Amino acid sequence: MLTDNPALLGLVTIVIGVGACLGYFFFSNVVLDKVIFPATGPNAGRNINRANLVRPWLFLFPAVFALTLYLAYPVFETLRLSLTDRSLDGAFVGFENYRKMMAESKFWEAVRNNMLWLIVVPAASTAFGLLVAQLTDRIRWGNLAKSLIFMPMAISFVGASVIFKLIYDTRPADQNQIGILNAVWLKFDGGIGSVLMLQVLPTLMYLAFAAIVAYVAWLFVKDIVGKGQDRSVWLLPLRLLVGVAGVWLVWLSVSSAIGVWSAELPHGEPQTWLTLSFWNNFFLMVVLIWIQTGFAMVILSAALRGIPEETIEAAIIDGANPFQIFFKIKVPQIMGTIVVVWTTITLTVLKVFDIVFAMTNGQWETQVLANYMYDKLFRANDWGVGSASAIIIMLLVTPILVWNVYNARKEMR
Amino acid sequence: MASIAGKKSGLTWAVHISVAALVLLWLFPTVGLFVSSFRSGDQISSSGWWAALFPSEQNEVYRTADPKDKRVADGDMFVVTGNIFESAPRDIKAWGVSSRDVAAYQPGETAELKDGESVTLQADGNYVWRGNDKQISGRGQRIFITATVPPDFSLENYTTILFSGSGQDNMAKAFFNTLTVTIPATIIPIVIAAFAAYALAWMEFPGRALLIAAVVALLVVPLQLALIPLLRLHLGIGIGKGYLGVWLAHTAFGMPLAIYLLRNYMVGLPRDIIENAKVDGATDFEIFTRIILPLSFPALASFAIFQFLWTWNDLLVAKVFLIDSTGSTTVMTNQIVELLGTRGGNWEILATAAFVSIAVPLAVFFLMQRYLVRGLLAGSVK
Repeated sequence: MLTDNPALLGLVTIVIGVGACLGYFFFSNVVLDKVIFPATGPNAGRNINRANLVRPWLFLFPAVFALTLYLAYPVFETLRLSLTDRSLDGAFVGFENYRKMMAESKFWEAVRNNMLWLIVVPAASTAFGLLVAQLTDRIRWGNLAKSLIFMPMAISFVGASVIFKLIYDTRPADQNQIGILNAVWLKFDGGIGSVLMLQVLPTLMYLAFAAIVAYVAWLFVKDIVGKGQDRSVWLLPLRLLVGVAGVWLVWLSVSSAIGVWSAELPHGEPQTWLTLSFWNNFFLMVVLIWIQTGFAMVILSAALRGIPEETIEAAIIDGANPFQIFFKIKVPQIMGTIVVVWTTITLTVLKVFDIVFAMTNGQWETQVLANYMYDKLFRANDWGVGSASAIIIMLLVTPILVWNVYNARKEMR
Repeated sequence: MASIAGKKSGLTWAVHISVAALVLLWLFPTVGLFVSSFRSGDQISSSGWWAALFPSEQNEVYRTADPKDKRVADGDMFVVTGNIFESAPRDIKAWGVSSRDVAAYQPGETAELKDGESVTLQADGNYVWRGNDKQISGRGQRIFITATVPPDFSLENYTTILFSGSGQDNMAKAFFNTLTVTIPATIIPIVIAAFAAYALAWMEFPGRALLIAAVVALLVVPLQLALIPLLRLHLGIGIGKGYLGVWLAHTAFGMPLAIYLLRNYMVGLPRDIIENAKVDGATDFEIFTRIILPLSFPALASFAIFQFLWTWNDLLVAKVFLIDSTGSTTVMTNQIVELLGTRGGNWEILATAAFVSIAVPLAVFFLMQRYLVRGLLAGSVK
């Protein structure tokens, strides 16, 4: 049987699929030109024009069909499903599914974790990407370094999960640790090294993060108070939102920095990292940051190369130091690209499923929306609530969607 | 540039060192998995993989030859001599004859046991076991050694995963299933998207701008929304769960990016070539196949790599549209997730399975990196 051998089946499919596509395009054009609107006879001129009116749609038809059926239609169908109940034969139940979902603590846990992911992963990936892009810019083996840091892009989320599960592995205290994180952790004993690595360094990192957030928030907010050029009304809520989020994040990181000094750390005990509630989210995020940094780096590196040399030369002549050049000359010029990278990674984060599914499956308070949805759809078989959570993901994506379309249209004019 | 600022040497060194540190940090996880896949289960669980790269101290147990056939009379005593290492010699640091004190003696020393029985062990593994008739009988004397063992790697895990092993451990079938999913799901969207991209780039028709905007919008629609409606559709029209369904799904999900990338590239092609061809009487179909397609090769390659990596690494689409309850169409990512559940502690199996699934994308990545980077830049920087 043909279907018994998947490789043969695949080969046949490629031949049939590609052949059918090419055949469709070729014959539909032939039919159009020779049969429906022949370019001969008394109406030749008009027929050619008419054929040319139809032809674009021949070229577009398969793509438009696929896009409509597989991407556009499901958005509306999911919306409809989220308002119905499967057990009642698809009866319309209004916002009942949403109400049920909001009453679940697992949902709010997923939302909270998703927010954490949305803040940490794009920020960390972009920051690391920018750092690597800048550092490798002018060293001779920069391309090799970049290609090695870029490499995790090719690794599947599932593969990366296995890789990091090995890193987080835990053995009983009397055995050799085979996870590097525990092996390193057991080296800390509360001495001066531990204070430096586990208290001073995190404090500095928290404060650096707070400083960057404050700077970015200030960039957004200053145009409200100052006399900025872009005072369009619809930007105001965005600026306010960024300002408030910025203040909240700064407060959060400063209080965490203080918390570092009062925390009692369990030195000498191997930790099961993936079950430490709250912190395990960060151990999962590391996986995605590890993968996405390469992406940010590649794009930001190209943007850095595109900065006109004259601006940098002028800054040097004016006596700027390398840090001033980086933060005051280079970063503002590639701000547009940074935003694009940030939003692209944000989209990836919103859809993150495999990592959580493979590493914890949402246990120990690591649930995220995409995995919550999968749980509802295929484990609990609750299509209503599952669709409702899918719509929540869609709502979170919508601002980026609008922004992308707006930009694309502006560019085409 | 930096030299004009007059701070070259110090900063340059700092840059080199920090880049090296970052690269090592980023490589470390993958290398760990790679090294582990060449170690046996016992080795993995007894020491960290970083220790496996260097000679390590290990305790091992050997036994002297059996007195029955080897003992030689020496006066009223009997002696068994020989070498404890049959194949792989070790560099003995210390040794003992009792499990309670495995490092009691240095090489070359003699261990005096009860009633005149004695064992002498040299650093090269040669031993002399001496005693009376009763002592030198039965089974051989146990000898515990502490030795420096050179790094030891084998391909055994790969043989298990690829060629033998039980149904659950064997990845060969999943490997071919993944290939079967990936290749059509990479090629078919390219063909369809290329035609559409040509129409959007070079043909005039009403509604073109709207269509482009729609493609940009669909670019970010999460495929999570499509799962239930499409699964219902597939079940409803009789495709069910299977290869056809997953091919169609991947084709459609890859379509917005494909159209977007290819259109952006085709728009940049020189207008003269296309207009000259039109003047010479070429039809749109001919222009497309003879001129546009060959010229667009870099963009086609970029998208092909994206789609290949995405479909190869995908778990969600395969789980929803392909893998039925029989599990005969499982793909590698899914099998690894199942192994994580059932074989969570068997790192030799997990690491090797993961590396088998990672190897192909990594090869593609390093061979075609140029096109991947170009595609990323075209897809994101506006």
